[in-house]
Amino acid sequence: MSASHTDHSAVLRTEQVTKIYRSGEVAVHALRGVDFTLRPHEVVALLGASGSGKSTLLNILGGLDRPTSGHVHFRDEDLTGLDDDDLTEFRRAHVGFVFQFYNLVPSLTARENVALVTEVADDPMRPEEALEQVGLSARLDHFPSELSGGEQQRVSIARAIAKRPEILLCDEPTGALDSKTGIAVLEALIEVNRNLGTATALITHNVEIRRIADRVVYMADGRITHEERNAARVAPAEVSW
Amino acid sequence: MRMLDRKLLRDLRHIWVQCFAISLVLGCGIMVLILSSGTQRSLEATRTAYYEHNRFADVFASLTRAPRSLLPEIARIDGVARTEGRVVFTAMIDLEHKPEPASALVISLPPGGEPVLNVPLVRQGRMPRPDHLDEVAVSEAFAEANGLRPGDRFQAVLNGQMRPLAIAGVVISPEYIYTVGSGAMEPDDENFGILWMNERAAASAMDLSGAFNDLTLTLAHGADERAVIAEVDRILAPYGGTGAYGRDRQPSNVFIEGELKQLGTMAAVLPPIFLVVSSVLVNMVLGRLVALDRGQIGLFKALGYRNRSIALHYSKMTVAIGIAGVLLGWAVGWWLGHGLTEIYTRYFRFPSLFYRPGTAPIAISGVLGMTAAVLGGLRAVRAATRLAPAVAMSPAAPPVYRRGLLDRLGGLLGLRQTTMMILRSLVRWPGRAAVTLFGVGGSVAVLVASFFTFDAVDLIIEELFERANLQDATITLAGPVNASAELDARALPGVLSAEGLYAAPVRLVNGTRSRLVSVQARSPDARLSRLLDAEGGTVRIGETGLALTEGLAEALAVRPGETLRVDLLSAPRGSWEMPVSAVIRQSLGQGAYMNRDAFFRLIGQAPQVNMIHLAIDRNDLGALQARVQETPAIARFTLWSDIRRQFEDTLDESLVTMTVIFAALGMLITIGVVYNAARIQLAERAYELASLRVLGFRRREVSYVLVAEQMLLTLVAVPVGWLVGYGFCTLMADGFSTEVVTIPVVVTRRTYAVAALIVILTALASTLVVGRRLDRIDIVSALKQKE
Repeated sequence: MSASHTDHSAVLRTEQVTKIYRSGEVAVHALRGVDFTLRPHEVVALLGASGSGKSTLLNILGGLDRPTSGHVHFRDEDLTGLDDDDLTEFRRAHVGFVFQFYNLVPSLTARENVALVTEVADDPMRPEEALEQVGLSARLDHFPSELSGGEQQRVSIARAIAKRPEILLCDEPTGALDSKTGIAVLEALIEVNRNLGTATALITHNVEIRRIADRVVYMADGRITHEERNAARVAPAEVSW
Repeated sequence: MRMLDRKLLRDLRHIWVQCFAISLVLGCGIMVLILSSGTQRSLEATRTAYYEHNRFADVFASLTRAPRSLLPEIARIDGVARTEGRVVFTAMIDLEHKPEPASALVISLPPGGEPVLNVPLVRQGRMPRPDHLDEVAVSEAFAEANGLRPGDRFQAVLNGQMRPLAIAGVVISPEYIYTVGSGAMEPDDENFGILWMNERAAASAMDLSGAFNDLTLTLAHGADERAVIAEVDRILAPYGGTGAYGRDRQPSNVFIEGELKQLGTMAAVLPPIFLVVSSVLVNMVLGRLVALDRGQIGLFKALGYRNRSIALHYSKMTVAIGIAGVLLGWAVGWWLGHGLTEIYTRYFRFPSLFYRPGTAPIAISGVLGMTAAVLGGLRAVRAATRLAPAVAMSPAAPPVYRRGLLDRLGGLLGLRQTTMMILRSLVRWPGRAAVTLFGVGGSVAVLVASFFTFDAVDLIIEELFERANLQDATITLAGPVNASAELDARALPGVLSAEGLYAAPVRLVNGTRSRLVSVQARSPDARLSRLLDAEGGTVRIGETGLALTEGLAEALAVRPGETLRVDLLSAPRGSWEMPVSAVIRQSLGQGAYMNRDAFFRLIGQAPQVNMIHLAIDRNDLGALQARVQETPAIARFTLWSDIRRQFEDTLDESLVTMTVIFAALGMLITIGVVYNAARIQLAERAYELASLRVLGFRRREVSYVLVAEQMLLTLVAVPVGWLVGYGFCTLMADGFSTEVVTIPVVVTRRTYAVAALIVILTALASTLVVGRRLDRIDIVSALKQKE
């Protein structure tokens, strides 16, 4: 179990977060008292089997969902009491998301998908700059249907980081990709983390990928079972699966 | 129940609001069809029964005086069934409670009591007894408007003599279903009525003992009306016959025909719009359902379901929508039709109410409604059967977008990405955009066409009362008098100026076409009553020739410069060839106008007048009315403010009701189209819109994508609707115009603006209702499903 003492350097911190989904008579305990911390500049890998609560935790961290009990802090602010509109503002200003299925708008080109976010952000980078960071300068004006899966995922990373968020939350970003493409995507993530210092939480099924993180958090049955710190991060290119 | 049917029921339950919206639009079309054509049929049946039962005549003629011994000769004309000679004249009525005199048309009853033709139906009391010379029967509308009952007494001026009369009964007559006094536009029940009086009393008052001045007759089965009329005219000519005419010129009958024609126009113009719109909506919604069911369709086929079963399955949904719409339309149409028929029955004072929409409109509307629904679903059903099972079970290929003109436009205008999403969606699915454009445009058009009636009526009223007729009152004289009567009129109390004119019955003939009208001989300097040209300017009547109203010129197929034969049907009688000098604009009534001096020079008589228009000082109105009542030479005194009030009152009720109904129907189209389009868009884009929420877009910004697309289409549809609406107005003006009523095609900016505003607000409300569903989208689960 991780330490429950208060860590004021944390960007995101949860205290005894539980999440119960009710569906008719059945109550599903997705999270059972999770204490989790995400610090600036670090990359944390969340590992666990399907249904272990990783995605639920990530959604709660990103303000997409609310805990049933417990607290979530963004720096010194308690997110738990915020209403939908305030959570929207929180996501808008501070969080970047990357999902397994990219979630790009099919009717917008790569550049436009990124511009979608930069138009509403306070101090964004230019869309071209964000796409350059993920190595897509040559595919600016392509629609999603004209891009490979890996390229689409890199567009979604560019879109997530273009507003220079403090937090980047990635839910199986390589889940739908082959290993070669997956490595390119991970490299883009690590590059962004290095350049911008974005605190990054990364869900993965793939135990190999844990090696690119600073810290690895293992989850099972809605709880954090243990945590380990890597002595040194391994470059994505050296990971294989 | 078969599993596919169970699925159908559940699908229907899932999208019932969308299906119901379509059924509503479809139902409107059916409803209007049943309402208008059912009411039309019912009224026709009612009128026919009334005419038959009360022996409404086929041919009518007025004359100066003919001996009763002439009647057998007329009865012998080939094709004549029954004849009746009557004494008919106008009298002034002095009612105690009224300061101004009313006037009435007096019709004689034969010595036996009950007339042979045009038999009045007693509603209260009884018919006058043959031996009671002071008894009269009064038309019901006049009695009601003046609170008269059997037993009441009043004074009347008959041919210059004051006579006390007693009311024996209150009656209605097929001849005067619609009663308009000469010179009036609309029924004025308070000031004009019909009196039935014993022939002896009537004839002695008019010095017509043993004679008649009015003839009605019925035709034998298969008789040639034109031949009979020609023969009657020939026989009556020496007796001052002013020309016989059939039911097609009988004022009351003509008016009812006009009303029936209007109902027919309504049945023809409106339903097609609703049927086509609902068909298109079915196409849209079912298309979406088939796209959504893609995987399932593949599965059904893999399980061995035949294409036919799958086609049938989806067709059943269109049938369900069709049935709901048709039943709804039938029920509401039947109910409203009954109400409308009842209103008309009361308005026309028909003796009984027959509500018989007939099976034809019901069958036709049912077939049309089902066809519209099933045809609308055809494309989607075909798409479902064409899907190969293996292809169907794999997810649909993502939509392909291409770069084009739009990208440069977006860059140039600095459009936001959310706006680009909207524009690309429009370009990618032009068919869907076209549906919304078509529906919303149709909605605007229906509204423009319904509000147009106000514009037309406003213009008619303005022309009639503010440009053509500036007189305050009109005196109708009992007979023609020397033109110097104009000077006498000027001496009446409160009269500021007076303009005399002479109206005479004529037959205008151009080849085989002919019309019986009244020609007005008037001074070219007339300032009170004016003639207007097509642009609404004043026309000065020329030295030579006839000026004709538009409708009359059209009916006679003559243009200015062409020549007509004019048969003068009053003394001294005669025929002249005369050129048409001008065609004038007059929305109500038809007539011919001529220079007074030229007219009297032509007929070789000293100038006379039989009508005088007055400008009066309203402060002296009481004194003027008192004097008029004492003057036997004056048969009728009409205040134009009364005519206008009556005109506006009659129009207001029916117009407002109609407009409210049509506006509601027009709004329904917008609701049906926009609501469905937005629902489909929301369903297809849920994933995309949820992604926007994840990225931190506010609710308002996300609804923008949904709402703005529909509103953009709505805005584009508005001018299209204006154009189509103008087309509808032309159709309606044409359909509502008769020979005697010309509806001008005039659409004001107010109408265009109000129609646009209503549609825009309705569209906005419809999308916002759908937009609220965005709040309920579960962002997290929307992200989990890969479309």
